[in-house]
Amino acid sequence: MNTLRRWFLAPASVITILLFLAPTAIVCAYSVLTRGAYGGAGQPVTVENFFRVFDPIYAEIFWRSLWISVVSTLLCLVLGFPLALFIARSKRRMLFLNLVMLPFWTSFLIRLYAWMFLLRDTGLINSLLLSAHIISRPLPLLFNDFAVILGLVYGYLPFMVLPLYATLEKLDPALIDAANDLGAKPFVTLWKVIVPLSRGGVAAGCLLVFIPCLGAYLTPDLLGGGKTVMLGNLVQNQFTTARDWPFGSAVSLVLMAAVLAVLFLAVRRKGEDLL
Amino acid sequence: MVSEVKTVLELQALTKHYLTHRAVDGISLAVEQGEFFSLLGPSGCGKTTTLRMIAGLETPTSGRIFLSGADVAAKKAYERNVSTVFQNYALFPHLSVAKNVAFGLERRGGFGRAEIAERVDRVLSLVQLGGKQSRMPSELSGGERQRVALARSLVLEPDVLLLDEPLSALDPKLRKQMRVELKSLQRRVGITFLFITHDQEEAMSLSDRIGVMNRGCLEQVGEPAAVYRNPQTRFVAEFLGDVNWIDGVGVRPESITLFRQPAGGASRYVKAVVVRNTCLGNYTNIELQLEGETTCFVQQQGAGTGFAPGDSVYAAWNADDELAVPAEQLASVPA
Repeated sequence: MNTLRRWFLAPASVITILLFLAPTAIVCAYSVLTRGAYGGAGQPVTVENFFRVFDPIYAEIFWRSLWISVVSTLLCLVLGFPLALFIARSKRRMLFLNLVMLPFWTSFLIRLYAWMFLLRDTGLINSLLLSAHIISRPLPLLFNDFAVILGLVYGYLPFMVLPLYATLEKLDPALIDAANDLGAKPFVTLWKVIVPLSRGGVAAGCLLVFIPCLGAYLTPDLLGGGKTVMLGNLVQNQFTTARDWPFGSAVSLVLMAAVLAVLFLAVRRKGEDLL
Repeated sequence: MVSEVKTVLELQALTKHYLTHRAVDGISLAVEQGEFFSLLGPSGCGKTTTLRMIAGLETPTSGRIFLSGADVAAKKAYERNVSTVFQNYALFPHLSVAKNVAFGLERRGGFGRAEIAERVDRVLSLVQLGGKQSRMPSELSGGERQRVALARSLVLEPDVLLLDEPLSALDPKLRKQMRVELKSLQRRVGITFLFITHDQEEAMSLSDRIGVMNRGCLEQVGEPAAVYRNPQTRFVAEFLGDVNWIDGVGVRPESITLFRQPAGGASRYVKAVVVRNTCLGNYTNIELQLEGETTCFVQQQGAGTGFAPGDSVYAAWNADDELAVPAEQLASVPA
């Protein structure tokens, strides 16, 4: 029995080691090396890279990634909760769930380019507003924090909606009837009964949005136009233009540590809800 | 002394049609202040839909509902002074017993924190849950949850307390105990109870009056004994107890006495052969075969009968005990 179980676990173990642990180990190794003269890395072994991460220039990027991720997560929650509630109480929930997941059928990259076409100065939104004489010069919709947050909320909203839906769908409708019956108006029922009972879904959804936001690369790169630099862009930059692989590795590891810390705190505080 | 009878709940031709079927089909009913009224019927007969319309959780297709004389059509569930004890209690799992019970009072407003706490304590001791204020619903037994649900509704002093099969989730022994408690509780608080059940024994033992429902219609309303003895439809006769249909006449098993000779003072009798005895402790069921292959059941007090399978007997009963179901109702009864 035990031998059999080990055999069944073997493929998963091999994949985990090859595709997850080994690359992480390589990144760890690079992070303590010194940048080579023409890229690459070499001796001597040092922890200097980790100190550099906390240099004010980079610390600012950390804070910026943090607040953009927090704002995006909260927006996803505010937008996703009513949507998930609506789907969970609808009779055509399968249709709506499929609609929520429909964007995944197209590459995220292409969808971000589509957003650029909508948001740029000569894009659909600005041209419509201009031709309707509502505005006299194009609104700054692209290449700023607004565009990045919009893109993140757009991209990660499904990751908020799905766990919220899963929680809300399990919520006993009799509890809502009971609240209603005991004199609670709809908003009170939402606030006193539905929200407290979906805390697990809220926590799971927030984690699923916050963590990828923190490491986002594509959205800030395309919609931020190089002005809004987040941690993902910093890492990418170190590995390409700056050719400083050891520092890029150190930033990745600090990012990973931050994400793990958030995850650890969340699981410790709301463990039973999440699992 | 003339006691004034006040109607607290009145239904007028209340109807609920869904796309595919008529859940409730024109129910009219008046329930008096302080009455314990049961709606009895099989599952799917429309009794729960009726209750949900009274609570305001479903909108009637047509018909009217009056609560204490006022038409409540325009009132939302949270504006109606009725309260429901749900089938699986629907206690809020994230709130303690005290907070569950306080939920309705807090929504009403006008009560101070101290007054709410005092009322919660009072109603909890009424349902014998004093001292369990800070427990969570998950820490309670089925019977205790049931009491919390009752307390949560009773504390609001509703015009009518609606109970949707509240005992069906309990095990049989506890169910009988809660039945007794429920009845005495209703007498003490004097609140009108509208009780929904599919269990005729439950309805008969608890109620001042019962209304028997079938396929969305209210077939008969009356005191339990009266409905049992004088059912007006075949459905009511058979739902409230066993009936033998002998030559177009309904006779309950306990009304039949067996004799070896055609005598004994009973006004009606038929010849029969004993097929088997089934002893159920305090009474025994005897299965008879009448002429023409008809099977007939007799119920006798006690554990023994003195009749053995194969014995020829006379099954006798009094004409008074025959069920006066109108003849047109019996069209489908096998002769």
